[in-house]
Amino acid sequence: MLTSNFVLGQAAHFNGGDIIFQLFIFIILLALLKKFAWGPLMGIMKEREEHVANEIEAAEVSRKEALKYLEEQREIVKQSRTEAGQLIENAKQQGEAQREDIINQARAEAERVKESAKREIVQEREKAVAALREQVASLSVMIASKVIEKELSSADQEKLINEYIQEAGEGK
Amino acid sequence: MNHEAPMWEFMDTGIHFNLANVLMMTIASLIVFIIAVTATRKLAMKPTGIQNFIEWVMDFVKNIINSNMDWRTGGQFLMLGMTLILYVFVSNMLGLPFSIVIGGQLWWKSPTSDPAITLTLAVMVMGLSHYYGIKMRGMKNYAKTYVQPMGFLFPLKIIEEFANTLTLGLRLYGNIYAGELLLTLLAGLGTSSVLGAATAVLPMLAWEGFSIFVGSIQAFIFTMLTMVYLSHKVSDDH
Repeated sequence: MLTSNFVLGQAAHFNGGDIIFQLFIFIILLALLKKFAWGPLMGIMKEREEHVANEIEAAEVSRKEALKYLEEQREIVKQSRTEAGQLIENAKQQGEAQREDIINQARAEAERVKESAKREIVQEREKAVAALREQVASLSVMIASKVIEKELSSADQEKLINEYIQEAGEGK
Repeated sequence: MNHEAPMWEFMDTGIHFNLANVLMMTIASLIVFIIAVTATRKLAMKPTGIQNFIEWVMDFVKNIINSNMDWRTGGQFLMLGMTLILYVFVSNMLGLPFSIVIGGQLWWKSPTSDPAITLTLAVMVMGLSHYYGIKMRGMKNYAKTYVQPMGFLFPLKIIEEFANTLTLGLRLYGNIYAGELLLTLLAGLGTSSVLGAATAVLPMLAWEGFSIFVGSIQAFIFTMLTMVYLSHKVSDDH
């Protein structure tokens, strides 16, 4: 009895029906699973695959865009940096020019003040000389008249006076 | 293991059904169907729970197919592979937790512990391989495979076809049948006496674990060899 179990089926009756039933049920199972399980499952897996592929593509696109923006921003920063440099340079130049201007002005002013002072000095000196001259003249006249008072005759005196008057008249 | 099989003859036609096998095949198919359908009821782009499991199985079968042939030719066998691996796995597992004997007749067992059933699956697979071989490569190319690389190999090639079929079916049957036979013997020992139960409990545990391992491996091997034989017939490089 034990040996009969090891050979195909039972010795008494070959279970051919099982073969038919196995084939039948397997094909039914295959068809049902294809319709109800594997089909939808493969569908969703395919969908996910596509989704992932799309996402990767989108990520690639946005990465490129970000890179472009970065480049743009970098360009802008560079540009503004040079602009700022230019501004500073300009300001420096302007400051320099202004300084030069102020110094020149001050120098001119000083020159002017010096000039006027000089002129004033000259004027004052001339004035002083003139005053001195006047003083000297009158003093000398006084001295002369004192001296002359003693030595000149009235005629001579008269003559002298006339001369002086004349001289004075011409001098004017 | 000397239990009778509940045989039943269909209307005196000489076609005999082992009703236990019919029952267990139906149960195995039902379990596979329920697992597959519950796993794919709520499909989401972000897989959760049981959907992860079924997608893992699908990736597993995909890998098996990819390791044997080009995906363009192999893609169409994905559903066959999925169904085959789940069906064989569930069938192997069915006989492990217990067996039911009613009136000396064995009712609950693994359907794959019957050679007629495993050989049916094997013959079906080989038949499919020949069918797809002719369909995808044409009759001429198909016939040529029998005389390549050399003509005198023709008898060997014919023998190979039968040997492949026989080994594919009998390997599965042998592994599962042996597992169940030993489990039955251990169960018999365990129920015989207290001493017997004490002796049997450890080997029983070990053998149950090993049988689960063997059942899984056999399901994998069966699917793997199915794809190997299919690829031999449908791929050009063989």
